[in-house]
Amino acid sequence: MTTADDNIDYMTDSRAIAVGENLPGCKKRDPIVVADNVTRNFGGISAVDVEHLEIPRHKITALIGPNGAGKTTLFNLLTGFDTPNSGAWTFEGNNIAGVSSYKVARMGMVRTFQLTKVMGKLTVMENMRLGAANQPGERLSRALFKNIWGGREREITKQADGLLEKFKLDAKKDDYAASLSGGQRKLLEMARSLMVRPKLVMLDEPMAGVNPALTQSLLDHIKNLKAEGMTVLFVEHDMNMVRHIADWVVVMAEGRIVAEGPPGEVMKDPAVIDAYLGAHHDVDLGDAQGIRELEAELEADEESIVGTEDAGIIAPEVVEARLEEEEGK
Amino acid sequence: MDFGNILSLALGEIVTPTTAAYALAALGLAVHFGYSGLLNFGQAGFMAVGAYGFAISTLTFKVPFVVGFLIALLCAVIFGLLLGVPTLRLRADYLAIVTIAAAEIIRYIVTTNTLFRVTGSADGLSSFQREFDSFNPFPAGTYIFGWSNREFYVRVVSWVIVILCAVIVWLLMRSPWGRVLKGIREDENAVRSLGKNVYAYKMQALVIGGILGALAGLLFTLPRGSVQPANYATELTFFLWTVLLLGGMSTVLGPIVGAMIFWVVLSLTQNVLAGLIESGAITFLSIVQAGQLRFILVGVALMLLMVFRPQGVFGNKKELAFA
Repeated sequence: MTTADDNIDYMTDSRAIAVGENLPGCKKRDPIVVADNVTRNFGGISAVDVEHLEIPRHKITALIGPNGAGKTTLFNLLTGFDTPNSGAWTFEGNNIAGVSSYKVARMGMVRTFQLTKVMGKLTVMENMRLGAANQPGERLSRALFKNIWGGREREITKQADGLLEKFKLDAKKDDYAASLSGGQRKLLEMARSLMVRPKLVMLDEPMAGVNPALTQSLLDHIKNLKAEGMTVLFVEHDMNMVRHIADWVVVMAEGRIVAEGPPGEVMKDPAVIDAYLGAHHDVDLGDAQGIRELEAELEADEESIVGTEDAGIIAPEVVEARLEEEEGK
Repeated sequence: MDFGNILSLALGEIVTPTTAAYALAALGLAVHFGYSGLLNFGQAGFMAVGAYGFAISTLTFKVPFVVGFLIALLCAVIFGLLLGVPTLRLRADYLAIVTIAAAEIIRYIVTTNTLFRVTGSADGLSSFQREFDSFNPFPAGTYIFGWSNREFYVRVVSWVIVILCAVIVWLLMRSPWGRVLKGIREDENAVRSLGKNVYAYKMQALVIGGILGALAGLLFTLPRGSVQPANYATELTFFLWTVLLLGGMSTVLGPIVGAMIFWVVLSLTQNVLAGLIESGAITFLSIVQAGQLRFILVGVALMLLMVFRPQGVFGNKKELAFA
């Protein structure tokens, strides 16, 4: 079932991701992670209740959903940072339910955290080096002898230099990681996870707190991960980002998977709009034109109070008067 | 008051075997807390395990020196594993609670009268150092500061061990292994997410620091030729923490110089106060009270240190900027 055709360009691969219809829990042509009946309860509240989920290989999958939908909990469960009440899942065909988190990471499934975790009192470069796998010097028996681990150290330093340059952190490499801004820490954490040379990168809100000028380059980095043959799964609230880079979107609400599909399709799904985006998510409320469109729509909506006596300060007359005043300025 | 004498007594403290023992035990704490973030409040327990491990195996089981030495270290390893297995998977504070309790348990066990024939109860054990003394290569006579050949011998041995251990710790901490430990100190989940077996690293650090503690216990007892439970009470642990904070937590030289400063200051305050009392300048204190006052002064000094130089003598100020 793995792709035998190695010379395929993952960036332009347009074969269907799902086998059959794009329904919640649908089968994928080539899944890297397959999860079944994963549940996690916190004192009676079901945080995660996923019947079946497959993450497509060599694709960028976005995991979206409202706050408290169980996205991060699912991340924790899949990577061994939390123990589920039930469930089984495989990574590249190996059963990894109940496997400790560090072993999961060694297999090539590496995650980042929503609340960024950098080693503050290590330099940026040391943070990066720490990420690298297969370091002979990390064994106590060899740590004393630099001639054993010096070679590998030079290799990973070179690898780290390359990554830091890509993520525009090269100027900071000798500074303590604690001196970085919140956005830079996000970048460092992501770059560090790439030092492991993972097969699947799981990014928990990679864009949160990153300044807009950097967002674009970060988007490109994530896209490039795919070109390098990695699979990406990320949690994100920014719909623009999801639209731009995701090949596949999985929507969670109240612990369950409510929809799946390519981004364009998913965002029109009534279940998704209801659970997450809100009815008028594509209206730009930043300008008068958008607000007028919204009003017209709401007046036609029977459930809306706009256009009835109860409208109060959101009645069209009131809003329009204010808009005209603003435009007149 | 003879200031020359007071000063030379204070300077003599710099190289006593006790200072070396404090330096080594504090180095163990540096491995635990400074580099790995493990809160060990039972370093006195590790020292006691080392000292009693050696004394009991020498006196009760009549083993040769080298075997007794190895048994002492082995006991520390077992003690470390015993403490680590249940606690290292839990939050850092649990280790602190367990170590402080375990150190007290060790002290109470060796104090029980039931075990008098093995541990000597409150009297402790003595005359287990004869074989160690028989290795003394220095002929009888006086050395450098008027030390006897035995005094010179124990100082040389103590400081050779301290220097060896310091070099080993330094080599370990600059290696990728040390980097993982420092990473664990900062955030163990992040290290875990990068595929490192955090539990194993913490256990290794706990055991290595514990071995240093046990060695320190030996350096503490061999020159004295006796081991008594009262020497391994909780305050010893807190003196070691003072030493560590004085010198700087995540440094190799810090604990060593910290131990020197600690003993010089103790000696200075003791002798200056005693001199002042004898000369009649101070009338409201007795010599005994002065001896206790100096520990109060140590506490005050530690507070001042935390306020004005929190990183210790050798610590890196930059690291604290982000504490």
